[in-house]
Amino acid sequence: MELLLQQVMTGLATGSVYGLVALAIVLIYRSTDVINFAQGQMAMFTTFFAWMLFDGSFLGRHIHPLHFWIAFTLTLVFASIMGALLERIVIRPVEGRPILTIVIVTLGLFAIFENLATWSWGGIPKAFPPPPEIHVSGITFFGDGALDIGPTVISYHDLTIMVVAVGIMIALYAFFQYTPVGLAMRGTAQNSVAARLMGIRVGNMLTLGWALSALVGAVGGMLIAPLVLLQPPMMLGVLLYAFAAAVLGGMDSPPGAVVGGLTLGIVENLVGTYTTEEYIGVDWFGPELKLTAALLIIVLVLLIRPTGLFGRRALRRV
Amino acid sequence: MLRLTDVHAAYGPILALHGVSLEVPTGSIVTLLGPNGAGKTTTLRVVSGLLHPSSGTVEFEGRRIDRMAAEAIVSLGVSQVPENRQLFAELTVLENLRLGAYIRRDRNGIKQDMEQVFHYFPILHDRQKQVAGTLSGGEQQMLAIGRGLMARPRLLLLDEPSMGLAPLVTREIFEIVKSINQKQKVTILLVEQNASLALAIAEHGYVLETGRIALSDTCANLQRSEAVRRSYLGY
Repeated sequence: MELLLQQVMTGLATGSVYGLVALAIVLIYRSTDVINFAQGQMAMFTTFFAWMLFDGSFLGRHIHPLHFWIAFTLTLVFASIMGALLERIVIRPVEGRPILTIVIVTLGLFAIFENLATWSWGGIPKAFPPPPEIHVSGITFFGDGALDIGPTVISYHDLTIMVVAVGIMIALYAFFQYTPVGLAMRGTAQNSVAARLMGIRVGNMLTLGWALSALVGAVGGMLIAPLVLLQPPMMLGVLLYAFAAAVLGGMDSPPGAVVGGLTLGIVENLVGTYTTEEYIGVDWFGPELKLTAALLIIVLVLLIRPTGLFGRRALRRV
Repeated sequence: MLRLTDVHAAYGPILALHGVSLEVPTGSIVTLLGPNGAGKTTTLRVVSGLLHPSSGTVEFEGRRIDRMAAEAIVSLGVSQVPENRQLFAELTVLENLRLGAYIRRDRNGIKQDMEQVFHYFPILHDRQKQVAGTLSGGEQQMLAIGRGLMARPRLLLLDEPSMGLAPLVTREIFEIVKSINQKQKVTILLVEQNASLALAIAEHGYVLETGRIALSDTCANLQRSEAVRRSYLGY
């Protein structure tokens, strides 16, 4: 029981990161109909940027190492600008082209970011520190150690991941639900001609969509990096799970992306733990197949609900 | 208020308008009639800026707008209620109306106009939280008009508001269009297939045929005209 809870907690933490990257993918897909295969590599690239800042070397020069949270914040700014520029410079020229063209362009971005990162920082994995401790009224957040929650413990880092991920999701929800710009972005995603007739500058909304999505991805990258070591291919596994999470939840549903991510995180951990011979009595199945098992579940879900758990076919009466 | 002079427009290589000239005086309702494919919708798209004319000019309140972007033309006071309504189908009624007022920052004015829209179309008030795509056809048309009004336009472009609606609903909507014109002093350019209704509420009418203005007269005269009667009124 204790082990089970422990695995569920860890699963929720990694699942939050899958959810965040899935959210980034869904945000772009919903607002621009583009599936961004470079999402993971963009997140990796921005995580390197954060590492540079608090490691104290910036473009080959020595700089004063920045505090973790300052570097974190600057990285979010950097990621947003990068996302916005990518939309303007790379995506806009191919806007409205066949979907395959755009897919190839984002695959190109994938390769470019991977190569740029290897070229700038080398392929040797680097340790990325978890967020440092913060003390608020006697309770320690972040840092090393673990929080005792009765039947099990949860490491501060896992807790950090969940808290930050949930914070980002709430902020995004509030942005889309309650601000005029958020509303305009949703409108643009649904009907760009009508949006123009309302005076919405559709191009700006798309740029903003990419900026937001790069920002969310950057958070995901910085949260997962302490667990997987910082290196150019670090987001490959995450990206795969994130895509699976987005499809599972429904490509057009932000809450679906989050739920899909959490589900996959938990399933991944449980399969990784309970598929040894000790538990299932056979030796031909094992934790190595956890990705396969997770994807199998998705296939089953999609057979029953092709739109994903939360995706909906547009209800329309004419 | 609105003047088109010798407007040519094309979709790629296909010429849709061959020199359209028309005028909409301030405060009036002008209707644009004609068969399918004559260029009625194209004319509205040229005015709202969704399509730029290949030659000719469009002036709104004395100002050239034929090279301006659609996003900018709304801010001048021209609002288009497009063909097939083009609602934000997955947003609620309230959200659709709020987006209609996207260019405005005067909270109180927006609130007043929202009340006004609910006054014209009480059903929208009852369905505020409902997703637009689930409304009936008539309600969707009402929402499209309401959304158009939320920009507080001086010129409203209506594209086939009767399309696909039951005669009773159409009549109700036309009465409201008339009162929007009279009470709120909104000038209206109305594109319609239903010629008899359009001629009944408008003062001046143009008949468009294959991208050219074939007839231009007061609605009273058009109603009496033999050609219009036979082609569009069916008696």
